Amino acid sequence: MSIMNLISGYLASDIRMATPILFAGLGLLIINRSGLLNIGAEGTMLVSTLLAVVGSYYSGSVWVGLLCAVISGALMGLLFAFFTVTVKANQIVIGAALNILGSGLSATLNRIIFGVSTTVTRFDAFTNIKIPLLSDIPLIGGALFNQMIPVYAAFLLVPAISYYLFRTQAGLNLRSVGENPRVADTLGVNVYRLQYMSAIIGSALIAAGGAYLSTGLVSSFSEEMVAGRGYIALAAVVFGKYKPGGVMLASLIFVAGNVLSNILQVSGTPIPYTLLTMIPYVLTVVALAAFAKGAVAPASLGRPYKRG
Amino acid sequence: MRRAKGVYGMRQVACIFKKLKKNTLLHGVISFAAVFVSLLLGMVLIRFMGIDPLAALAALYEGSFSSMKSLLETTVKMTPLLFTGMSYAIAYRCGLTNLGMEGQLYIGAVVGTAVGIYVTGLPGGIHVPLAILGGFIGGGLFGFIAGALKVWFGASEIITTVMLNTIAMNFAEFMVNGPMIEPARSNSQTSPVLESAQIGKLFEGTRAHWGFIIALCFIVLFWLFLWRSKKGYEVRVSGLNRQAAAYSGINIEENILLVMFLAGGLAGLAGCIEILAVQIRMVPSISPGYGFDGIAVALIGNNTPIGIVLGALLFGAFRAGGNRMQMRTQTPISIVNVIQAFVIIAVISSNILLEKLDEKRLKNQKQEG
Repeated sequence: MSIMNLISGYLASDIRMATPILFAGLGLLIINRSGLLNIGAEGTMLVSTLLAVVGSYYSGSVWVGLLCAVISGALMGLLFAFFTVTVKANQIVIGAALNILGSGLSATLNRIIFGVSTTVTRFDAFTNIKIPLLSDIPLIGGALFNQMIPVYAAFLLVPAISYYLFRTQAGLNLRSVGENPRVADTLGVNVYRLQYMSAIIGSALIAAGGAYLSTGLVSSFSEEMVAGRGYIALAAVVFGKYKPGGVMLASLIFVAGNVLSNILQVSGTPIPYTLLTMIPYVLTVVALAAFAKGAVAPASLGRPYKRG
Repeated sequence: MRRAKGVYGMRQVACIFKKLKKNTLLHGVISFAAVFVSLLLGMVLIRFMGIDPLAALAALYEGSFSSMKSLLETTVKMTPLLFTGMSYAIAYRCGLTNLGMEGQLYIGAVVGTAVGIYVTGLPGGIHVPLAILGGFIGGGLFGFIAGALKVWFGASEIITTVMLNTIAMNFAEFMVNGPMIEPARSNSQTSPVLESAQIGKLFEGTRAHWGFIIALCFIVLFWLFLWRSKKGYEVRVSGLNRQAAAYSGINIEENILLVMFLAGGLAGLAGCIEILAVQIRMVPSISPGYGFDGIAVALIGNNTPIGIVLGALLFGAFRAGGNRMQMRTQTPISIVNVIQAFVIIAVISSNILLEKLDEKRLKNQKQEG
């Protein structure tokens, strides 16, 4: 029974901790599929972690916090789209600027709103919702069906986005923009509008991941609390071969190592967590080298499209 | 036949160079305007916090330029920025995007620290250069990985360098907590580097050190390599027009490997010298983002030697004066990052507008002619 509990607990925390990365990965996937390469997920998440706390603290409702976070993400997406699609600036540099902006903005606003030394912890946060019957399934029930609403939402988004991308006309249009914007344009797809839309919606999803981080996974904000998850999400998309299911699998695998190291540390087996934290990144570098020739990335990823 | 093609390629390239030179002055003006606008936006933000922006600006100036002491502090903050700025710029000149400066910086710091602690019995005149060389090669090899992955496997250096950053930072943390931890201590830090490996101060009683002079020497080397050597010319041609470069028989792959090694080495020096001259011992967080700052430094400086010095001066002053600003006016120092992001966005978009204007002018000329 204790082994069962251990596995169940392990699975539960893997799913819980993979959720912010899954949100961000799915957001990035949508952005990447439209041909835009946004490395600014880290900055977008940083701003949203703070705004989720601010919204929840002042309104008393975690949902308002989520809304604030999502709006901040949408604005970051709009900013990204304006400079990369309309101005046609280098997407990498704008993404890097978003990361610096997010880091600076979240720390600055935090100090203005909450002061330098205080950490706000008393505000409305997400709580676990137990799904009746399903949560009683042995082994997996507690892990899969006793989670917070954002966790369910993130995992339900996987088939939804998959359906959208590969089974609908709108999804086909989006993918065609990422593969060959000129052909898409000729066929009557509004390339710029789609890129704007996907940057905004994708960034909003990324921000939802940030919101869950500060009002669900833990309930407090601290500077730089995203701690590289925006980069792991970037890795998850590449490792997941630009497919929603792949992104989900990659997020779960990437986090599994961390969870395992936490458990091992608690039980007194000292495996340096720093080495385990490296694993997702090493895997991604290897995957990049292995897949590069197979060209799984959208063909025009990172290239600005100019009409005419 | 081959030779004729080669000549054609070179002539084309010479044309591009001529056009670039004309734009240098204009670029300077634009960078200046972009910085000005970004500062203004930052001041507006500070005003929103209910802080007097002029007082904040005064404190910023006081902490960075007003006295000899603060000026020297600015040079301390400039030193790593000079190196990471050069790192981004040299890769950019070859048509590469090196986002891995932060990781290369950490590897350079680890290797430099290791040489500084574990190589014993050397006089300072040998130990310091050896540790610096170690930092350069360490960072260089780490940069080389991204170059090799690009040339041999076709993996984009943009994503691999981002991933390698985190790998390097975790590796550094592992080393500091494990193999290199100070004996008989449980803090995550190494022993101090031996006195023979420490870089001396420029003036007693200040933090200014010879590393700054070394950085300026590297700026000269950077210029000599890119603008006064055959290899550097090849690198710039590869960056401007890969097809023309290939036509004229330049080995692009070899250049990518070389440049990624040099770029990594330069970023490695940022970390190595920061340890040997300022921090003395390695801790898990030695850089407040000097690696990423390098992007902004190189962008403002249009990837030129003088420009990088000016860019590093600006952001070094921000970092040095930011502390004073926070103490005096309660303006969070993180506002510096916000202003920096504004600067990057402003410079890059004004450059594009400039290009568009150029295109339009060219079109008009064609129509008239």
